[in-house]
Amino acid sequence: MQVNENETFVPTIVAFCCNWCSYAGADLSGTNRLQYPSNIKIIRVPCSCRVNPMFILRAFQRGADGVILCGCHPGDCHYTTGNYYARRRMTLLFSMLDYLGIERGRTRVEWVSAAEGQKFAETMKSFAAEIAALGPNRRLEDLRCRK
Amino acid sequence: MQKIGVFVCHCGTNIAATVDVKAVAEALGREPSVAVSTDYPYMCSESGQNLIKDAIREHALDGVVICSCSPRMHENTFRKAAAQAGLNPYMVEIANIREQCSWIHKDKEEATEKAIILGRAAIAKVLLNAPLTAGESPVTKRALVIGGGIAGIQTALDIAEAGFPVDIVEKEPTIGGKMAQLDKTFPTLDCAACILTPKMVDCAQNENIRILSFSEVEAVSGFVGNFTVKIRRKARYVDETKCTGCGLCTEKCPVKKVPNEFNLGMDQRRAVYIPFAQAVPKVARIDPDWCNMLKNGKCGLCSKICTVGAIDYKQQDTILEEQYGAIVAATGYEPIKVDRYDEYAYTQSKDVITSLEFERLTNAAGPTSGTLLRPSDGRHPHTIVFIQCVGSRCTPEKGKTYCSKICCMYTAKHAMLTREKYPDTDVYVFYIDVRTPGKNFDEFYRRAAEEYGVHYIKGAVGKVAPRADGTLDVQGSDLLMNEQLHIRADLVVLAAAIEPSKTARPLATMLTASMDTNDFFTEAHPKLRPVESPTAGIFLSGACQGPKDIPETVSQASACAAKVIGLLAKDKLTGNPCVAHSDEWMCNGCSNCASVCPYGAITYEDRDFRMPDRTTKTRRVAIVNPAVCQGCGACTVACPSGAMDLYGFSNSQIMAEVDAICK
Amino acid sequence: MQEMMKKRAKTLLADGTVSRVIGWRRGEFSYDVTPAVFETAEEIDRDFVFDAFCGANVSKYLIRESAKEDGRILAFLKPCDAFSFNQLLAEHRVRRENVYLIGIPCAGKADIDRIKKAGIDGVTGIAEDGEDFVVSTVYGDERVKQADVLAERCLACKSKRHPVYDELLGEEGEDLPDDVRFAGVAKLEAMTAEERFDFWRSELSKCIRCNACRNVCPACTCENCVFDNPASGISQKAAADPFEENMYHIIRAFHVAGRCTDCGECSRVCPEHIPLHLLNRKFIKDIDELYGTYRAGEDDGTKNPLTSYTEGDAEASVVRERGRA
Repeated sequence: MQVNENETFVPTIVAFCCNWCSYAGADLSGTNRLQYPSNIKIIRVPCSCRVNPMFILRAFQRGADGVILCGCHPGDCHYTTGNYYARRRMTLLFSMLDYLGIERGRTRVEWVSAAEGQKFAETMKSFAAEIAALGPNRRLEDLRCRK
Repeated sequence: MQKIGVFVCHCGTNIAATVDVKAVAEALGREPSVAVSTDYPYMCSESGQNLIKDAIREHALDGVVICSCSPRMHENTFRKAAAQAGLNPYMVEIANIREQCSWIHKDKEEATEKAIILGRAAIAKVLLNAPLTAGESPVTKRALVIGGGIAGIQTALDIAEAGFPVDIVEKEPTIGGKMAQLDKTFPTLDCAACILTPKMVDCAQNENIRILSFSEVEAVSGFVGNFTVKIRRKARYVDETKCTGCGLCTEKCPVKKVPNEFNLGMDQRRAVYIPFAQAVPKVARIDPDWCNMLKNGKCGLCSKICTVGAIDYKQQDTILEEQYGAIVAATGYEPIKVDRYDEYAYTQSKDVITSLEFERLTNAAGPTSGTLLRPSDGRHPHTIVFIQCVGSRCTPEKGKTYCSKICCMYTAKHAMLTREKYPDTDVYVFYIDVRTPGKNFDEFYRRAAEEYGVHYIKGAVGKVAPRADGTLDVQGSDLLMNEQLHIRADLVVLAAAIEPSKTARPLATMLTASMDTNDFFTEAHPKLRPVESPTAGIFLSGACQGPKDIPETVSQASACAAKVIGLLAKDKLTGNPCVAHSDEWMCNGCSNCASVCPYGAITYEDRDFRMPDRTTKTRRVAIVNPAVCQGCGACTVACPSGAMDLYGFSNSQIMAEVDAICK
Repeated sequence: MQEMMKKRAKTLLADGTVSRVIGWRRGEFSYDVTPAVFETAEEIDRDFVFDAFCGANVSKYLIRESAKEDGRILAFLKPCDAFSFNQLLAEHRVRRENVYLIGIPCAGKADIDRIKKAGIDGVTGIAEDGEDFVVSTVYGDERVKQADVLAERCLACKSKRHPVYDELLGEEGEDLPDDVRFAGVAKLEAMTAEERFDFWRSELSKCIRCNACRNVCPACTCENCVFDNPASGISQKAAADPFEENMYHIIRAFHVAGRCTDCGECSRVCPEHIPLHLLNRKFIKDIDELYGTYRAGEDDGTKNPLTSYTEGDAEASVVRERGRA
C-alpha cells in the first residue's frame, strides 16, 4: 500500500500471469499502447497452476492490496490441464479467504488469451478500480511489513 | 557475495520516452549485490550484446538483469550472449519495462518508478537463480500433416523432398480440399484441377508420403520431437488396398438421390461413390446413411459387381497409433452458412447462391457441366448481381469482424469469366472496398471493370427479394452516385465470409495449440514467426492460421515445411532445463504430484536414507524425468511438503519477486 | 468391548500374527487417554483401556509403526480412524502388509470439557448405559445423557462403516444421514464479512502455535513440514503477528484440503479450544458443493478433488455469488 503526497490511496496490486497466454496478452496490450494503472506489477509464471496459495498470502502480507491471477482459457492451457487445477485451487482459496472475512474483491482470477490485449488492459483497469474502492488491505496485512 | 550486472535498454525511444532509463540504471545500481549498472540505446543489437559480454568478463558477474522489452522477445538472445561470455545462460533475468511499462503508462515519474520496482524484482529473482544445463531428447524423424488441402499437400511434398517420411491425415475420403472444388484460380485463371491434381498424384506416388484419407486425429500426447498420435481410420466399407477406382459400383448402385457434397448439394450422387473424378486415393466409399445394405441388409449389388472383391460391408473403424517429431495443422477453411442473412433471401430463393456454389456451376465437372444456369428453372441468367462482404467486416453479432481476403479477387474472377463466356449477361458487383493486394491482382480487377464491363457499384445491398416472376429484386445503394438502386437480377451470388473448419478447435485442444477468438490458430509471432504455433513442435500451414489465397497458402506451406525440416534434421533437441525436481529428503511419496502431471513425468522409487541415528530408512520418493517434464509447475503446488520445486521459477524466487514488488 | 479387544489382542500376540499392539492407555487423569504401543500381554492387561474417553485417532502412528520391520502391528480402528487410515494408504504413507486392522464399533466418544461444563468434577471413569453415560467421580457416580456430552464431531458423525479392516469386532455399521455436519460452517457463511472477520480474529488470536493440531492430524504427515523448513519462506515458530496466525491456519487447512477425513482430532487437541474443524469443514463443504460429494478415505478409487478437475468446473468468481459478503 502506498499513500502519495495528496494522501490518496494508491493500491499495490500483484498480477500473476502465465507465460503462454496472459503474459503474452499483457505484452499485446503494451504493443497496442493500451493504458492501465502503473500500480499493477506482473510476475511471470510458466502456468497459472504454478501459483501456490503461499504466494498470494505472501503478497498480501508484504503490502499488496489486491492479487489477480491470469491464465489461459480453460481448455487452452499450454500444458493442457494446468489452469483446471489452478481454477479449483483458487476457487477454494478465495472461498476460504472470504470465510475468514477478507473482502471478496481483493482476489480475482481472469482468463486472458494471447490475442486479448484489450481484455487484459480492461481487466487491469477494472480490478485496480475495485481495489481502490475497497481501500487498503488491513485484514490480511502483516503490521511488521508496513512501510 | 554475488555480483549482478544490470543493463537498462532505451529501445530507442520506445522505453526512453516514458521511462527515465538513466535514473533506473542509477537506482538499480544502488541495490545490494549489483556490481555494475548501465544503460544503452539498443541492448539487443550487436554492440549492446558486446557491452553485456564485456561487463560479464570484466566484473566476473554471477548474474545479469536486462531491463528491456518482453522476455518473450529476446530472452534467448540475451541467454546466448551470456553463454558466449562464459556465464551460464540461465543466470539471466529480464524485467519487462517496455510492453508492461513504458508502452502502457504516460506519466514518466510513475513509469520510471515502476521500472525500478520491476528491475528490483528481477534482481531478487536472479540472486536465487541456479545455473541450469539443458537436457536432450531424441527426435522422431517423421512428420504428421493434418489436412490434405493444397496447404497440407504442399507442406507434405516439401518435407518428403527433404527425405523425411510424412503422413497426411485427411478427414474427407480424398485429399484436395477446397481447391479441388474451384474452377479457375486468380489471377492467372489457371484451371484449379489442372494445377492441383498433379500435386495430388505426386503425394500418392511419393514414397515418403503416406495418405491416410477418411481419417481423423483422435488423441495427441507427448511433446516436440516425441509425439504419439492416435488416428481413427474411419470405415469406408471398401478395401482401400483392393479398390481400383473403376467406378462400376457407382454406376450400378440403386440409391441415386443422395445430395452430392462435392457439388454443395446441387446435384445427387449414389450411396456408393467416388467423391470426384480426380480423387486421390481413387477409392469408393459407401455412405452408411443411405446404403440399403448397411441400413436394412438388402441389396449388395456393388459387392456383386466389383471385379476385385473390394466391398466389405463389415469394415470397422480402426485406430492407428504412430510416433511423430513434428505436427502440422493444415485444416483449412469453410465458407460460413449464410442462411441467417434473411436480407439476402438465401433460403427463400434457389437463385441466391454462394460463391462456392457459383464456382461449381461454372465448373465443367459441376452439376450443370459448366453451363451457367439458374438453379431454379435451368434458364440462362441475363443479369447477375454479386454481393461482397457477406458476413465479413461486420460487428461480432452479425458475422465475422475480419476481412476474408479472397472474396474481392474471386468475385472479380467470377465476374470476368461470366462476361467473357456470356457477353450478353450484365454483371454487377456491390462492394465496400475492392482489396487486391497481391502480385498482378489490381491489374486483374481493373481488367474486369474496364475491359470486361463489369459494373462495380460502391455500396451495400439492403435487400434481395424474390419476385413473382422468378427474378430477384436487389435493392442497394450506390454511394458514389448517391442514389438507391433496384436491379432485377436472375442470379445473386453472395461472397460469404470464410471461417476455420469446425474440426480446428477440438484439434487445437488436442495439440495444446492456441487459437484466437475466431478459431484461427495463433502463430508464435505475427510478423517474425508466422508458421509456428507457440507450442513447440506444432506448425501451421494455410488458411487455418488466417484467411489467405492460394499463392499465399503455397508460400506459407513451403515455409512451414522448412521449419519442420529444420526440426527433423536434428538428432537431438535441447530441452528446457526449467523443470521440476523433488527434494528426496522432504518428499513423502504421497503421489499428489503425479496425479496432476500432464505428461506423466513423475515416477516413484523406494530409496534408502541414512538417518541421523545411523539406521537406514527406506522411503518412497518422487522422481521427475527431466526429459519429459515441460516445466508447468502443477506438481509444486500439489506437493504439500514443498519438496517439489521448479528450476527457473522456484518458490523462493517467486516469493522474492513478490517481496520486491510489494515493498 | 474393552475386554473383547484385550482378549483379541493377546490372542494375536500369542499366536505371532502381530508383534505389537497399538491402543490407548490412561494418562495423568482417567479422561486423559493417549495412544500407546503394547508389546506384551502383561502390558495389555495392565494398561490397555478402551472407553468413551478414547477419542484419539491412532492411524497416524501407524506411519512410523508400519515402517518397522519387526513384525506386524495390530490396530483397533473406530470408523473415523479407519477413514484416516484408508486415506494414508491411498497416499502410500503406511505399509498395509505390516498392519493388522480390527474395526471396532463406536457410538460416540465423550468430550471431557462438556462433562465438566455439566457440573461434573473429579472424573475417574466412564461407562455406557443405554442412552446415558454413567460417569464415576471421586464424589460418586453421575448419570448424564450421551447426547449432552458427546464430542461435537461424534454428534455430526457421518458413518459407522469401516472402509478398511482385516476383521471386525461386532456388527458393521452403516452410513448416517450426515445432515448436521456443516451447520457450523453454514452459520458462519450466513454472517457478514465483518462478523466473520471478528469471529476468526477472536478465535485465531488465541493460537499459541503449539502445533498440536498439525501433530495430531493424520493428513499432516510430511517428513519435513513447510512450517519447520526455513527454505519454504513461511516457516514460523510462533505467530508473531495476526497475519501469521491467519496464515498458518489457512495454509494448513489448504494443504489438507481434499485429504481431510474430518476426524475432528484437531479441535479435540487444541488447548485453546479453537474450533479448527470449522476451517477444514469449510473446505469439505465447498468441495462437496462445487465438485461433488467427496469423502477422503472412503475408498481408494476416486481421485482427490484437488488433483482432478472437470471441464465444467465453477469459475473462481462463484465465490462472489455464494454466502454473504
